[in-house]
Amino acid sequence: MANFTLQVNGEQHQVTVSADTPLLWVLRDTIGLVGTKYGCGIAQCGACTVHIDGNPVRSCSMPVSSLKGKTITTIEGLSNNGDHPLQLAWQEADVPQCGYCQAGQIMSAAALLKENPNPSDEDIDIAMRGNICRCGTYNRIRKAIHLAVKG
Amino acid sequence: MTPTYNRRSFLKTSSLAGGGLLLGFNLFNACTSPTNPNAVTTIPKKELFPEDWSDINAFVKIATDGSVTIMSPNPEIGQGVKTSMPMIVAEELDVDWVNVRVEQAALNTDWYERQVAGGSQSIRQGWESLRKAGATARQMLIETAAKQWEVTASECTTENGTVYHKASNKSIGYGELAAIASTMEAPTEVVLKDPKDFKIIGHSHPNIDNPAIVTGKPLFGIDIQREGMLYAMAVRPPFGKKLKSVDDMAAKAIEGVKEVITFGDKVAVVGNSTWNVKKGRDALVIEWEIAEALESSESQDAAMLELLKKPTKEPKRKDGNPDKAFKEAAQVVEAIYECPFLPHNTLEPMNYFAHVREDGVELLGPNQVPNWARGDVAKMLEIEESKITVQMTRMGGGFGRRLYPDFVKEAAEISKLAKAPIKLQWTREDDMQGGMYRPACKYLFRAALDENGNMIGYHIRGAGINMDNTVRENNFPAASVPHYLAETHNLKSNVTTAAWRAPVANFLASAEQSFIDEVALAAKKDPVAFRLELFDNALNTPVGEVGYDVARFKKTVELAAEKSNWNNKAENVYLGMSAYYSHNSYVAEVAEVVMIDGSPKLQKVYCATDCGIVVNPTGAENQVEGGIIDGIGHAMYGKLTIKDGEAQQNNFHNYRLIRMGEAPKVEMFFVDNGESPTGLGEPTLPPAAGALANAVFQATGKRMTKQPFSDFKVLG
Ligand code: FES
Ligand code: FES
Repeated sequence: MANFTLQVNGEQHQVTVSADTPLLWVLRDTIGLVGTKYGCGIAQCGACTVHIDGNPVRSCSMPVSSLKGKTITTIEGLSNNGDHPLQLAWQEADVPQCGYCQAGQIMSAAALLKENPNPSDEDIDIAMRGNICRCGTYNRIRKAIHLAVKG
Repeated sequence: MTPTYNRRSFLKTSSLAGGGLLLGFNLFNACTSPTNPNAVTTIPKKELFPEDWSDINAFVKIATDGSVTIMSPNPEIGQGVKTSMPMIVAEELDVDWVNVRVEQAALNTDWYERQVAGGSQSIRQGWESLRKAGATARQMLIETAAKQWEVTASECTTENGTVYHKASNKSIGYGELAAIASTMEAPTEVVLKDPKDFKIIGHSHPNIDNPAIVTGKPLFGIDIQREGMLYAMAVRPPFGKKLKSVDDMAAKAIEGVKEVITFGDKVAVVGNSTWNVKKGRDALVIEWEIAEALESSESQDAAMLELLKKPTKEPKRKDGNPDKAFKEAAQVVEAIYECPFLPHNTLEPMNYFAHVREDGVELLGPNQVPNWARGDVAKMLEIEESKITVQMTRMGGGFGRRLYPDFVKEAAEISKLAKAPIKLQWTREDDMQGGMYRPACKYLFRAALDENGNMIGYHIRGAGINMDNTVRENNFPAASVPHYLAETHNLKSNVTTAAWRAPVANFLASAEQSFIDEVALAAKKDPVAFRLELFDNALNTPVGEVGYDVARFKKTVELAAEKSNWNNKAENVYLGMSAYYSHNSYVAEVAEVVMIDGSPKLQKVYCATDCGIVVNPTGAENQVEGGIIDGIGHAMYGKLTIKDGEAQQNNFHNYRLIRMGEAPKVEMFFVDNGESPTGLGEPTLPPAAGALANAVFQATGKRMTKQPFSDFKVLG
């Protein structure tokens, strides 16, 4: 085990874990931020998407040892009051079915909107390709992203 | 006498000794990790936590300020019952939905009927009792007010959580009545609303957990954390093998690993974090030995094709004289349709929390049939069921996988042996390779046509792995054809199989509806006209038992045809019809395909559904769309193969699920007929693949008879 300092959602966290532990499990098991989900562990489903220095990253495939000095944002820190335009749009479009993939979907979408504030359907399909929704809410996800743009 | 017992009498009066339900379980906040003291589970719609709750009955609690809590009895797997079932109670209770909070009820077989997520039956079977629960509570509140005002109850009315006596201009909120009402005897008979007066049912209300979902609050089984809880992961034997030896030296050397436990043919690693137990698990050196035949998909496929050549001793259904009809036919159409195993792949892999103590057992997590889980654990641990509490978390998908309590039993066994509360976690690989698959199966279809293109004989013979019955013998086209034969073969296997969203129908529908198009083509008839002709036969000259409502089914097909402009379609689009009746609902779908760069592309699916009254339109539409995308996705890409007892696919890099750009648009329509509501979690899936296959045939002349369709080169 080794000590690491992580900057998560604007707070410093000291954690003692094995150096190869993926960020996903540090967030979930150690820090107790369980909004970031496990779906595959191999960067294929997007359920574990967080932002590192503003970029969307699959936290299941990011060892804790590689995060020195980086800024991590999880779904819990995306907004202060759950009022990020995407979080509101997601509720307006009533996107979730089981809901399990949705934190990862929102984090990917948030990263997309930062890069491209007014994406086309095609831009959305490409940016969101790494996020699986097993329940098939894809059309509502696309709709919610457009809604968030309109504000 | 304690009045508590009687006021729930409309449910079940037998025994209510259990108690505890109304203590307001909170699955998570009693159990946050030390580093996360602020985790909370549900965000109520209004941020208020009134102190004085009165429980009117097992479903309804009302606070002094008029807020209402409705217990949601059934497991929520993404089908929306945690929103739609309480909506039904709230409707009859006559309260404003914005004042309603919803809590997931724990398992309580004395208080609730059928706490199951399966067979798309929650709404259908809960409809009456949920309405009565709301109406009974409302009646008790009215009677309380009437007594206070010294008027007769029948002169009182209610609206949005208030009782009125218009004649004397009096009104009083439910909150002020609740305490007294809760001590009353429950009326045995209540009047239910006329559906035309519904204010909540039939109007869209978003998923009740949306605020928690979009902010990442703990809701799911995988999110459970408890003081003193250990993590566990296990290795399970391949199909046909058993445990020979375990070398756990390396595993025990991993930091954070506390214990390695062998139970039966499985080995569990217990430790202080998911990652550490995974590393420990991966470090186990295990030798398996062969216990039974090591099976492979290839040999199973060959065996099923052999079975399709053989008649069965006892047909599932036989009308007329099929032999003769086929001999005398002007034309016989014949085809074989095939599908592979499918894992469920719920996005949240299996997991479960168990705490086996001396004095009782706590079970908590994602499970579709908590009652079975409790029974199985009681048997396994040899303790009374009454010593076991079961609570349900929201589930990251079910699709049938969580009907089976295998992982619940594993968690309980590990907890018992480790003498600690544990959370068992399966990895995606465990989940995909651990069996319980949608069985691979094959069908032989034959149709006999007379010289006028009338279908006079229909023959289906199925062969499936561990499938007692591969056919739905009384479903369409039975009754529409004079000579009919349905047969089924079961190929036993040690590869474990399970119910998978819309069992049997999930492939049978697509195969049958594709074949019906083949027959229509041979009969030189339009595919929709041909189906309508068969419905007319079943209406006018039904043969044998009719297992479906022909008029409702026909209407659904007509609606889908109309909405997709079937008879008036644009030049460059190709349409495919497919319709199926399952789980008491009728669904017809038309796939719209266009050719892009020489390849067919599915751009839209039109869907007509008859599920009676639509309780929550936004939820219903989500289910319809999800079912279609699921059906298309698995037909296109889903394929799991077995070699020498082992699944050859183990994660999403070698097992493909449908992704955003591949999902078709869906336009949906509901038949408005005021019938009692039926299920929607499954019925829109079965027809989807047939609609796609039929449209692709129109576009390319190629018939895709084997799933996954992506193996066919016609598709770009
Ligand atoms: S869990 Fe990280 S991408 Fe699937
Ligand atoms: S809502 Fe269930 S996986 Fe996306």
